[in-house]
Order: sequence, then structure tokens, then C-alpha cells
Amino acid sequence: MNKPIETSRTAEEFLKGLWRENPVFVAVLGMCPVLAVTNTAINSLAMGLATLFVLIFSSLLVSTFRNVIPKQVRITAFIIIIATFVTVVDFALAALAPDIHKELGAFIALIVVNCLILGRQEAFASKNPIGLALADATGMGLGFVFALFCLGALREILGSGTLFNFPLFGEGFEPWVIMILPPGGFFTLGFLLLFINWLQNRRQKQQTASMN
Amino acid sequence: MGELLWIFVSALLINNFTLAYFLGICPFLGVSGRLETALRLGLANIFVMLITAVCAWGLNTFILPYAPYLRLISFIIVIASTVQFVEMAVKKLSPELFKALGIFLPLITTNCAILGLALFSTNKGYGLLEGLVYALGAGGGVTLALVLLASIREETELMDIPKLIKGVALNLIIAGILSMAFMGFAGLFSAG
Repeated sequence: MNKPIETSRTAEEFLKGLWRENPVFVAVLGMCPVLAVTNTAINSLAMGLATLFVLIFSSLLVSTFRNVIPKQVRITAFIIIIATFVTVVDFALAALAPDIHKELGAFIALIVVNCLILGRQEAFASKNPIGLALADATGMGLGFVFALFCLGALREILGSGTLFNFPLFGEGFEPWVIMILPPGGFFTLGFLLLFINWLQNRRQKQQTASMN
Repeated sequence: MGELLWIFVSALLINNFTLAYFLGICPFLGVSGRLETALRLGLANIFVMLITAVCAWGLNTFILPYAPYLRLISFIIVIASTVQFVEMAVKKLSPELFKALGIFLPLITTNCAILGLALFSTNKGYGLLEGLVYALGAGGGVTLALVLLASIREETELMDIPKLIKGVALNLIIAGILSMAFMGFAGLFSAG
């Protein structure tokens, strides 16, 4: 009897991060990388995957040691764990994909202070067994990758008329340069959040309408 | 002297930490509801950044040449503990200053602008004096952006705005317009 409940709980923890509690669109966490590196689809995907990696492995480690870490120094312990994995990613990217590492620059190192990661350790991984922590971290991480990719793709399409460096619109397209510059990041995220607000508002209205 | 001024103005206006590098966005969106809080947060930011500049310089000169892979970990631990220590000292020595900075002092430590400052000034190879000027400029820039956004937000409270756009979406769009305005500073020096 216990088994199906376990599985559904794990699935639940995994799924919530993708949309319903999406770290970027709903909780508005980890904004710095979201805005700073999403000027092309490739950059944002690389950033998302790096964050996903750090999130999964820190959650696993924190969850494993959750009964050993003293409560008073837990935040420091989390930060050290996170910083270790970020260092790993930093060096790995520098060796495997030097071009992307150069483009992302200091923002790879800044994953350490991404509040999404520390937030998940504090709110979830430090209180739950390894399986659930893994599901939660993967879900939240994939939700983050999804959100970053949406922004990156939108900004690249509008700002340079390409997607993954393939031209989309042909010769006549005049690129909307502001979209790949800093203001474009604010605008794109602002309008995406507006769109999501509108979706949620519409769903609520439908629910109240069907209840009456 | 000219170079120091250039570092300061560049960090303050042209490469503004908040509006051009997107560092410290969380407090920028979260705490910019009231002008007074925004100003205090900005001051606390300048304060922590100056401490960070000294720490980063010390680490870069004395420790990191021997263990470059410890850069991130040592930055974050040293900065966090120094700020904690300074907080205790300020509380003892100057209760007024402590009251003015308040809860923001410890919170700022994990702000990406602080670590960003340490990393950027390392990448640029700044010495102690240059690092301090850079920190002052960057902190001033963050304060400027916070105060501007807070003033605009206080105005929008009284306006008749569609319910749908209120909240984070509106703040982001305002920030976008601010950021666009700051892009104008890019021509400041090439012209003169």
C-alpha cells in the first residue's frame, strides 16, 4: 500500500517545479542569471544546465548529511557545498567549452549566490530524504532551464533574428537590437510575467464560472 | 587620478551593477517599495562593498596565488564572516549607524552584487586603491538605481494601473526603461 503513495509523492515534488511553482515565473528567484546571460539561446541553455547540475548535486549532498550538519552553521555549510560544485562546473566548462565559458564569464561563478539553489537547500533538501530531494532538485532545475530557454530564445529571435545562430527571417529582417542589450532582458521578463499573470487570471475566472 | 575617476564613473553610471550587469536584482525588486528603505539598503551595500574590496585584495595578494581553485569558496566565506564581525563591531561602537543599516547588513552578504564585485575586480586586476574606488562607484550605482526605482514605484502607487500588470511585471518594465536611459551614459567619455 505504501509504494504507490511514495511514488506519487516523488512525482508530485518533481512536477511542481516545472510549472506550478516554477522558480522563475512564479517564485521570481535567481533573477541575476535569468536576465544577464539570456541574450542567446545557447548561452541560456548552458547557464541553465550548469545551474541544474549544481542544484542536483548540492541537494543530494545536503540531504545525505541533513542529520549531521548542526543547525547553527547550516547556511554556511550549504554555501560551502554549493561553492564546491560551482567550482567544479567552472573548471569543467573552461576545459570543455572555452567559448561558452568566456561568454558567461563571472556569471558561472555567481551561481553560488543564486538564491534559488540556497533556497531549495534550506526549504527542502535539508528536511527530506534523498529520493524526494533529488526529485525536487531535478524538477526545480528543469523548470529553471525551461524558463531561461524561453527568455533566451525569445530575445535571440527578436534581437538578432536567429535561433541557435540559424537565421530565421531571411535578408529583409531588421534586428531589434535593444532586445539583446540589458534593457531587453527586463522587458522580455516583464512581458512574460504579464502573460503568465493573464493565463492564471483567466483560469481562475473559468474556475469560479464553473463553480457557479 | 584620471584613471581612478574613470573607474568610478564607469562603475557608477556606464556599467551600472544593477541596470547593466543585473547584479543584486533580488533586493532591487524586493525592497524598492519605499524610498527610505531603498536608501538604507543602498548605504549598507556601499559599506559591505568597501569591506569586500579590502578582503578580495587581501585574498588575491596573499593566499590565492598558492591555491587558485579555492577562489570562490574563500571569497564567500571570508566576506560573510568579515561582514558578520563588522556588524558586531558597529553594533558596539556606533548604535546609530547600526540602526540605520539594520537587518540589511547581514542580508546583503549573500547578494550577488557583492561576490560579483570581488570577481570583477579580480578579473580586471585592480590593486587596493583601484578596488576601493571601484567598490565606491559600484555601490553608488546600486544605490542610485534603487533610489530611482523606489521613487518611481512610490508614484505608481497612486496611479490607476490595470490589476494584471501590478507587481513584479510592472517593476521589471520600469527597470527596463531605466536601464535604457542609463545606456545613454555610454557616450559620456568617448565624446570628451
